[in-house]
Formats: sequence, structure tokens, C-alpha cells
Amino acid sequence: MKSKLNLDVKQIDEARSSAKRIAESMQEFIDRHTTVSTERTILRLLGVDGTDDVLTPLPNVVVDRLLDNGQLSKGVANFIGSAIHNLKKSPQEISEMVSEGTLDFESLKPVKKEDVEKALKPYITESLKKIKTQTEKREEYLKTIGEGKKPYLYVIVATGNIYEDVVQAKAAVHQGADIVAVIRTTAQSLLDYVPFGATTEGFGGTYATQENFKIMREALDEAGEEVGRYIRLCNYSSGLCMPEIAAMGALERLDVMLNDALYGILFRDINMQRTLVDQFFSRVIIGYSGVIFNSGEDNYLTTADAFEEAHTVLASQFINEQFAVLANIKEEQMGLGHAFEMDPDMENGFLYELAQAIMAREIFPRASLKYMPPTKFMTGNIFRGAIQDAMFNLVSVWSGQSLQLLGMLTEAIHTPHMQDRYLAIENASYIFNNARNLGEEIEFKENGIIQKRAQKVLKDARALLMDIEKEGLFSTIEQGKFGGVKRPRDGGKGLLGVVVKNEDYLNPFIPLMMGGAK
Amino acid sequence: MAQKKKEEKMVATSKVDLTQVKPYGDSLNDGMVETAFTLPVPHGEEANEAARILTKKMGLMEPNVVYSKDMGSGYTFFVVYGKCVHTVDFTNIKVTKVEVDVMSREECGAYWEMNIGRPVVIVGASTGTDAHTVGIDAIMNMKGFHGHFGLERYKGIEAINMGSQVPNEQLIEKAVSVKADAILVSQTVTQKDVHITNLTNLIELLEAEGLRDKMIVIAGGPRISHELAQELGYDAGFGPNSYAEDTASFVLTEMVKRKMV
Repeated sequence: MKSKLNLDVKQIDEARSSAKRIAESMQEFIDRHTTVSTERTILRLLGVDGTDDVLTPLPNVVVDRLLDNGQLSKGVANFIGSAIHNLKKSPQEISEMVSEGTLDFESLKPVKKEDVEKALKPYITESLKKIKTQTEKREEYLKTIGEGKKPYLYVIVATGNIYEDVVQAKAAVHQGADIVAVIRTTAQSLLDYVPFGATTEGFGGTYATQENFKIMREALDEAGEEVGRYIRLCNYSSGLCMPEIAAMGALERLDVMLNDALYGILFRDINMQRTLVDQFFSRVIIGYSGVIFNSGEDNYLTTADAFEEAHTVLASQFINEQFAVLANIKEEQMGLGHAFEMDPDMENGFLYELAQAIMAREIFPRASLKYMPPTKFMTGNIFRGAIQDAMFNLVSVWSGQSLQLLGMLTEAIHTPHMQDRYLAIENASYIFNNARNLGEEIEFKENGIIQKRAQKVLKDARALLMDIEKEGLFSTIEQGKFGGVKRPRDGGKGLLGVVVKNEDYLNPFIPLMMGGAK
Repeated sequence: MAQKKKEEKMVATSKVDLTQVKPYGDSLNDGMVETAFTLPVPHGEEANEAARILTKKMGLMEPNVVYSKDMGSGYTFFVVYGKCVHTVDFTNIKVTKVEVDVMSREECGAYWEMNIGRPVVIVGASTGTDAHTVGIDAIMNMKGFHGHFGLERYKGIEAINMGSQVPNEQLIEKAVSVKADAILVSQTVTQKDVHITNLTNLIELLEAEGLRDKMIVIAGGPRISHELAQELGYDAGFGPNSYAEDTASFVLTEMVKRKMV
């Protein structure tokens, strides 16, 4: 396809190669480490669930025990595998015994590596089969009842009560939504455990729990069958429990998951070492289970200026793409993020937004680009807000975005009311339908404002990537080059949960998932 | 005669009676209000009638359902106009406000440069059992809120956000160790007035340690007013729709006023 923006292919290639080397050098660090959340994820995938009598999730009980004893560097799979071999009990039963104090891993006889692997195998096979069943179910739905046209209409619910969320989500589906995201309760990203069971109390959102996932999945399948289109469910594989939530999402057939270490580092002050290691396993799971991940570059523009810092978004998209490649994620599952966040008072701001949106599409032609609505300059004037959202919708259909998080006219006031969502869907449906093929009809003036804008952003992104490659990603973040936020390498939350692997370390899921095991 | 009548009318309709103010649509005292809301009832004539009855109960007479729409699953959206019967005595309104000229982030930076020049340390936390960081994050973190950057982004200000569920003792300990100029306390949960107990406790601890006068102490949260904060012994209180610039302006000007520079 010929570039409408006259972008220099050589610059794109150079930027991409630079990002590749950045991701690869991080991967060397990642491969040497594991984390408490990575280990808990392994337990969950081995079928461990539930809590002890003070409501601590069993995966936490077991992993914390190993961490306290300084044994986590071998990986929890080694201990579970040898316990299965010794005791002929399931990982769930073994975890319960650890929790009740009737089993001490140190009392177990040493077991040969191949016996550990053999002991784990049936549980691994079962878990992978469960995930495969879910991906097949998704494919079957897409084949039989189909899906909405792109850009998918993506809305959020955030009542705090999963059962109320279901009511709102179903109404949204009947109004035309294609993707429903359940916003998490404030500060869940900083919890170092995943709460258990169905929940009805949250603040500004609803707890991400496996049971809540299941409840919403069933509701959306039902609503999807009623309206004759598959409805995608979205949640957050982010924060301190990134990979655990990815595993829960894979098991309960989530379709879209927000997943971005850089976002957690910058905006949730999560330790960078911790979350980059966590991100890797979560992306392997995401890739394996056919989930689209969403990266959070759009957030940079809520702190940094959308015009001045556009190149940081593009640079980060390149890096996120390469991290995803290393986790074996298909391009179609890469929901790289960007946003419509320029000051509405800026002359020609619309042209710049358009240039950047088309640029993202040209540089990542097959990615499921996630386009985020205006938030920063939403004022509480809902009438003007509706127009800002309309401008955003027009850019989206024109530039061929994939996942359109709908702007709410009441942004900056409260979490969406039912009618806000209806008005947002009506707004987007009107514009998408009314301007469906606009992008195919229009070309841009050579060296005009739009072409020049895109070319400049690409040029600056390439230069930034070369800098990062020289400096390393950790120091780049320490210097505050993304989103204008500085975070120290050893600062933030969760560093204590990072452990150097020893030579016996075992995570049996990674090779199998990356190899596309059945 | 005709002309005199017209003059009377002009006088009658153009003079606002500030003791009895009501909404203005296109002529004085028409009371016109537009509302939009959803009812959990299926779309139809009965739904429209329900919306009209409800609107009247809100004090909006002659309700006119100009739009109603089936939102599916038994919910209906309405746009309804009505004429408000209530009035407000504008001459008798009293609001207690933090008395400070609010400066923008850039103006704060310039003010700091001109009047202070040394790093201003502000420690903040959501204290007690309160797990909500949304408020303190909005004021302190880089990202800010509603497009208003947080204190981390302010020139000359070193903002330390301790997060949520911070015990008062720990907050004080931190404030002392970093030689804080100001403490920000955020309280979101107000069930059973837990915020009052918690806020009072902080002031008592500060007074007991002889620190109260050495720092500017500010409370904030959706249910906090300046009036309440002052009653509890704080220098200022910020409620909803307050941003980092309000806090920063207050802290910086107060420091200069108290010669803390």
C-alpha cells in the first residue's frame, strides 16, 4: 500500500530494528528472573484456587512460604511437581496442605527432574486444554454469529457490583457495543493478590476476580447470541498481578486485556524490574490464548503534551510491538494504544490528530490499534464534550482504527451512566456509518500540514529509539523520557517480589505456550 | 397608552429580583430547566407519563418529554423540559472559601522562584484505613486529574505521595524526616464519620509533638469543606473540584505569609 503520508520506509525500518534491540536486551534481564506473581500464575494454571481461612488466596500462601524460606529461585513448579510425585496428590490438595501446615516442602524426598516434569504433565495438559477449548469457542462464535464492523465500539462499565455491571453491559450490547470492559476498582493494580469470588463492592470499578470474569463472560455470550454478534470482554492484566490475571482471562475467555509494563511503571509506580518480568509471562499467555493486548501509550498524553510528545507514543508502540514479538504474539493481537488528546483550542489540532492516527495505521498495518478518546480536555461541559467525541470518532473511522474506546460526554464528571453510554454509541455509530469509506477517498497534499506532521513524529520517534538503545530502557525511564514521569530502577512497588532464578528453575508453561502446544 | 403599557412590561420583565432567583430560558422567571435521565422501565406511553410525573415531583411544572428512547433491557432514556417553581434568595448566600488567589501551575512556578527559591517539600497520604488513593493521586501525582497536573510536576515542589492506608504516626514520621513544609491528608471514606476521628487524631499527634505550627496542614476529599477542616484544626480544606493548583497556591502563599521561606 502506498503511504498517503509519504513516510520514509527506511526510517520505519530503522526505528523498528532499534526497538527490537531494546526489547532483546531487556529480555536478557527478564529471562534471568522470576517474580512472586509469575509463580502464583503457574499455580493457578496448575489448578490451584480458593483461599485459606483468613481469605488469603492459596497461590499467595504457597509462594510467600517459598519466598520467606528463600526457595523461590527454584520455581514453585519444582516443589509442586516433587510433592505430586511423593504424595500422589493434586496441586490444589498440596497447596491446601501447605496452608494448613500439614506439609513442609523441605520434608519431601528429592525427586529427579524428569519425574517432576512427569508429575506435572497431566495438570499442565488439562490447563492448556481448558484454554484451547475457550479459544475454539471464540472462533466458533466468530464463525457462526460473527462480529461488529471495525472500529469496534468499546465501552466500559464500572459500577463496583458485578451483577449491576451485567445489567449495564447487556444494555450496552443491545445499544450496539462490540467490546465491554469492566473497569477495576481503584488501586487493585497495587494489590499483590487477586481477590476471590464474586464481588459487589468496589470504588470506581469492580474487582477483577476469576468468578467475576466468569459471570460477565456468560452474560455477554447470552447478550451476543440475542443480538447476533460476538461480544468481546476486556479487563486488566496489569499491576502487581499482571500474569495471574492473564491466566484467569485465558481460562475464562476474555478477548482483550490491557497489558503494559511501562504504564504500570509510570502511572502506578510499580517497580520496573518486577513488572517487566511479569509482563513477559502475561504476554506469553495472552499470545497463546488469542487475547488482544492493549498497551497504554495513550496515557502518556494525559500528562505530557499530545502535540509535543507524540513521538514518545510512537517510540513506545515500537517497543511494545517488539516485546510482543518476543512473547510470540500475532500482529492482529497487538492492540497498540494511542489517543486523541490535543488541546481543542489548538489551531489545526484536528489535522494533527488525523495525521498521527493515519501514521499509526500505516506503520502498524495489521495491528488492532486501540484509539482512546479525549479525557484531558473534557471539562464537564457535556455539550461540548459530545462534539469533542464526535471529532475523535471521525478521525477513527477515517484512519481505520480497530478498537475505539468510546468517549463519554460526561468524562471528568463520573463513571458512565447508562444513558452516557447510549449517547456515546449513538454518536460513534452515526459517524462510522455516515463516513464509512472516507479514508479510501481522500489523499493528502504533498508536503502539506498532515504529511509533514506525520513525517516529523516518525523522525523524532526514530531518534528517541536510538537514544534509548544507547541508554537502555531502565535509564531512559529513570530520566523521565516517557510521559514526563521519572521512576528509579529500585523504586516503586513490588521489587521484593523479584527473584533471580537458579539453574534448576522451571516454568513448564512458557515453552509449551510459545510453541503453540495443543 | 400603548406606549406606556410597553414600558411597564419592559420594567416588569427585565429586573431581576435577587431574593427570588429562578432559571432563565429565554425570558426572565420562565424557570426553564432541561433534564436528561433514565428510568428502569420499558419504552412506551406509560414510560413517558412516568417521566412527566417524576419531573413534576422535581418541582418542574408543565413537563414536556421532548425525546424518549428505548435503551434495551427495559430501560428508557428521556430528555424532559419543565418550568421550575422554586426560587433562591441570592442576597442571603454564604460560602466559606479558602482565601487565596489561585495561581496556575506556571504562575506557582514563577511565584516560587521569586519568593521562595528553595525546594518546598509536601508529603501527602490517604490515612487510616482509607484505601482510596484517587484523591491524593489526583493532587500529587504527575498525571493529576481532569487535565490539571499534580504537584509532582510543579517547579520547586518536591511531592512525596505515601499512598493509602498510611497510619497518622507514619505520616508524621515521614514529614519530620524529609523536613516537610506541608502535609496533605486525603479522606475519601466517610462512613460512620471515620474521617473526622482520623483527621482529629492527626492534629492531636502533631500538637503533642509540638509540630503543628511548623507545618501547613491541609485536608482534602469529596466530603471535606474548608469550614469542616478549619473546625478540626487544619489550615485549609479542599472539597470536590479542587486541583493541585489550589493546594500549591495555598501552600506557597501561606509559606511566604508565615515567613517559612
